[in-house]
Amino acid sequence: MALLPFPLPFAELEVGHHLYWQIGDLYLHGQVFLSSWILIGILIAFVFIGTRGMKRDPMGLQNLLEFLWNYIRDIARDNIGEKYYRDWLPFIGTLFLFIFVSNWGGALIPWKVIELPDGELGAPTADINTTVAMALLVSLAYFYAGLSRKGLRFFELYVEPTPIMLPFKIIEEFTKPLSLSFRLFGNILADELAVGVLVYLVPLIVPLPVMLLGLFTSAIQALIFATLTAFYIGEGLHEAH
Amino acid sequence: MDSITSAASVVAAGLAVGLAAIGPGIGQGTASGGAVEGIARQPEAEGKIRGTLLLSLAFMESLTIYGLVVALVLLFANPFA
Repeated sequence: MALLPFPLPFAELEVGHHLYWQIGDLYLHGQVFLSSWILIGILIAFVFIGTRGMKRDPMGLQNLLEFLWNYIRDIARDNIGEKYYRDWLPFIGTLFLFIFVSNWGGALIPWKVIELPDGELGAPTADINTTVAMALLVSLAYFYAGLSRKGLRFFELYVEPTPIMLPFKIIEEFTKPLSLSFRLFGNILADELAVGVLVYLVPLIVPLPVMLLGLFTSAIQALIFATLTAFYIGEGLHEAH
Repeated sequence: MDSITSAASVVAAGLAVGLAAIGPGIGQGTASGGAVEGIARQPEAEGKIRGTLLLSLAFMESLTIYGLVVALVLLFANPFA
């Protein structure tokens, strides 16, 4: 449903308007796939170029990539612990980089240049399906981490420190992916909508501070998603015992 | 969508965001106040305090965002329409 009865020259405010691809009985949101493929391509190209001909003294792109690696390693190590963080570093790093690049790419790349028959290209994380998929992956990851590390003793987590907490801990398993996915989705969609409304009201200069704020919050959201993933995995491993 | 449903949905969407903004607003104020106090007492810890503050502010903000998600569902994907 379009929010406004007439089309705008600069921004279209529409939610729930998609480019549908049909595969069998499934309907896919095509614009999300297209934009995430483009962004994944950009990410792979960056990493590929940056890691070609590596030098001992990092320069340029290699320097940036090494900084990113250090940053993600610190997130993982602080939350998972010295012993096992290396196993989960690729997962957390992939999530962080994909979310970060999608959030910023959705805001910075002029998607309007590419015409679609229906719907509009934008940040892939502004679609609930993307974020739910990532949140469920996180759930699977920490169950796998806990079960492979502890076996069935993993479920001791539910009755610690007291068995009274059992129902709450079980409910928590459902609210974790819910809050993870809604937080990311809501923040990015809210950013896009706030910028869209401001562009509609005042097309020049005034939306810029809100766009900068949006860039800031979307970077923080990527950090939060990665931190929480690391924290949940660390909780599943519960090394303290 | 009949008119009474759409009217109720619009009112409910407004209430969802508005009410959801109260709690996190108070919480963010308290957290920022505490952070300022901490920085005033120990200015050398500013970097660490700022990082923690931003992270916790974003957590509180996500509570309002849940209200916003409910409001958006009511406006754009209303299950009763």
